[in-house]
Amino acid sequence: MDVILDVRKAGFHYDPVRTIFSEISFSLAEEEVLCILGPNGIGKSTLIRCLANLNPLCSGAIRLHGSNIRSLPHRDVAKVIGYVPQAHDIVFPFPVRDFVLMGRAPHLGLFASPGRDDRAKADAAIDLVGIQKIADKPVNAISGGEYQLAMIARALVQEPEVLLLDEPTSHLDFGNQIRVLEIIDRLATEGLSVIMSSHFPDHAFLTSNNVAIMQHGSFMAYGLAEEVVTEENLKETYGVDVSIAYSHTVDRHVCVPHRAGQCRCHGHHVPACTGKAAVIAASMR
Amino acid sequence: MSETLDEKSDAPPVLYPRAGRIRDALAVPAVTTALIYCMLPVLVFLSLFIGRYDVNPVHVVLLLAAPVVNLLPENVLHIYPVWSAAEANVIYQIRLPRIIAAVLVGAGLSMAGAAYQGLFKNPLVSPDILGVASGAGFGAALAILLSWNMMMIQVSAFGFGILAVSVTYLLSRMYRTTPTLVLVLSGIIVGAFFTALISLTKYVADPYEKLPAITFWLMGSLASVRYEDIVMIVPFFLAATIILLLIRWRINILAVGDDEARALGIDTKRMAQVIILCSTLITASAVCIAGIIGWVGLVVPHLGRMLVGPDYTRLLPVCLLLGACYMLIIDDLARMLTNAEIPLGILTAIIGAPFFAYLLGRRSVGWM
Repeated sequence: MDVILDVRKAGFHYDPVRTIFSEISFSLAEEEVLCILGPNGIGKSTLIRCLANLNPLCSGAIRLHGSNIRSLPHRDVAKVIGYVPQAHDIVFPFPVRDFVLMGRAPHLGLFASPGRDDRAKADAAIDLVGIQKIADKPVNAISGGEYQLAMIARALVQEPEVLLLDEPTSHLDFGNQIRVLEIIDRLATEGLSVIMSSHFPDHAFLTSNNVAIMQHGSFMAYGLAEEVVTEENLKETYGVDVSIAYSHTVDRHVCVPHRAGQCRCHGHHVPACTGKAAVIAASMR
Repeated sequence: MSETLDEKSDAPPVLYPRAGRIRDALAVPAVTTALIYCMLPVLVFLSLFIGRYDVNPVHVVLLLAAPVVNLLPENVLHIYPVWSAAEANVIYQIRLPRIIAAVLVGAGLSMAGAAYQGLFKNPLVSPDILGVASGAGFGAALAILLSWNMMMIQVSAFGFGILAVSVTYLLSRMYRTTPTLVLVLSGIIVGAFFTALISLTKYVADPYEKLPAITFWLMGSLASVRYEDIVMIVPFFLAATIILLLIRWRINILAVGDDEARALGIDTKRMAQVIILCSTLITASAVCIAGIIGWVGLVVPHLGRMLVGPDYTRLLPVCLLLGACYMLIIDDLARMLTNAEIPLGILTAIIGAPFFAYLLGRRSVGWM
C-alpha cells in the first residue's frame, strides 16, 4: 500500500529549553488507522497540529506524498489532510449545515462562495455522520457529541485522504464515544487514513491497526495494537495497573484497570470477588 | 440528493429558535433581505424632503430623473425644468450630497464593524478597535490647531487614521503569540496614545476659536459635506467594499477559528491583513468626512445578524444597507429635531446604546 504521510525524526519545541517531542518517525499508509496514546500534556495535540501543518517542525520533516509539507501551500495540504481539532467555543451561531459547508474552502477560489455541488457534498457528509436532525440548528447550541460529528463532517467535505483527529472522544458520553469510533472505523474501511489521539487504550483495540504510545517526548512504543497496548507499557505510561484480556463476547482484546481500593460489591453479583481484574476478565469469557 | 431536498421541504428550517414576533413574520431570510434592499431607496427619497425649505415631490422626481433622461436624444425624451432654481439648489447642493455621505458613512462603518467582529471572533468589536478613530481624530485636531484648510483637515485625519492602524499592526507583529489578542491590545495602546495626543492638542488650542472647532469636529457631523469630499473618499470606499464583499464567505471561516481556517487552507495572516486594510480605509474615509461617529459599526451588525443570521454571504450586504439606512435616519433626526443641529456622534450613542440594550434583552443575537 502507498505511503501517504511519512514522518522522519520530527522534533518540536515552543521554547528551546523545553522540548515537546523529538526523533519521532513513522509513516501512514492508505486505509491505516493510527491511534496515539499518552498521558496528559505529553504533546499528542502538538504532534497532530504539526501533522496538520499548523505548527512548523523544529527538526526533521513531514512528507506528504513525497514532498515536504512546509513547501506545500496550505490550500494543497488542506485537500489531502482534514483536521478535526478538540471542541472549542464558537461565538457566532452558524447553522450546522453552513458550518459543515466551510470544509469546501480548499476547493474554492479566493472570491468564490460555495455552490449547489458544494451544498450537496455538505449534505452528503451530514448524512454520513448521521446529524441530519440538527443540520439547521446553530452550531453553538448542540451537544458535544453532535459538535464532534459536525467537525468530522466538515473535515470529510474537504475530501481528504488523511483525517487527523485530536482526542475525538474526549468530553463525550459512553454512547457517543462508541458512535464516533464506529464512524471513524467505517471511514477507514472506505479508504480514508486516520490518525487520532486518545485517552482510552481500549479505543486502540476498537478501531486501530497501529498504535503509538507517546512518552518522554517520543514514541515509546509503536506497532500493532496487540503488541503495543500491553500491561507493562500501560503501567509505564499511566502509572496504573491494568490487565489486558481477550473477551470472546466482543471478540477482541479489552483493557481493564485494576481496582483502586477495597472491594465494595459484598459478593452479591460477582461470585468469588477477589478484587483481581484477572478474575473479572475470566468472568467475561 | 433528492432525499435531502425532500426532507428539507417536510420540516421548515429552524434557523432561529428564539425568534421574536417580528422575526416570526420575517422568518424567511430572503424576504427580510428583499425588504431591506427596498428600504434604502425609499429612505433616500424621503430624506430629500427633510429640511426647512419645502420642495414639491413631483419636482424632486423630475429633478432626479433629469440628468439621466436628458442623456437621451432630445427628440426621444426630455425633461424641461419646471422647478425653481432654489429647489434645484437645495436638492442638489445641500440635501443630496449630505444623503450620499450619510449612506456611505453608515454603510462603510457597519460593514467594517461586521468584518472586524468576524476577524476578531468577538461580537463586541467596533471598527475603531485598532485605533483608527483616535488617530484620525488627532489628525483632524492637529490640522485645525495649525489652521489648515478643510481639505487638509480631511487628508490629515485620513493619514493619521491609517498611521494609527499601521502602528497597531507593527506593534502586534513584535510578539509572536496569539496574534488576535495582541492585535486588540496593541489597538488599545495606540488608541490611548492618540487620545492623549487629542487632549494635548485641545489643551494648547485657543479656547475661543480652535478648541470649539476641534470639539465639534470630534462629535461628528455631515452638515458641511460637499461633493468634493465625497469624490475624494469614493475610490477607497468602493475598492475596499468590493474586496470585502468578494471575500465575505471566507470571513465565516475566520470567525470560527484561526487554526481551523488554516487547516482549511486559508492564509489567515493574509486574510487578516486584507480585512484590516479594507476596514481601515473605509473607516478612515468615513471619519475624515464625518468626524468620529461611534456605535454604528457595533449596533448594525447585530441587527443584521438578528435579521438574516450570521452567514457573511448574506450578512455583509445586509449590514451595508442597514448601516446606510440607520445613518440616514440618524442624520435626518439630526436635521429635524432642533434648529441647531445635534452632532451625529451624540445621536448615534443616545439612540444606539438603548437600542443595543434592547437587542441584548431580546436574547436573540445568537451568542448569548
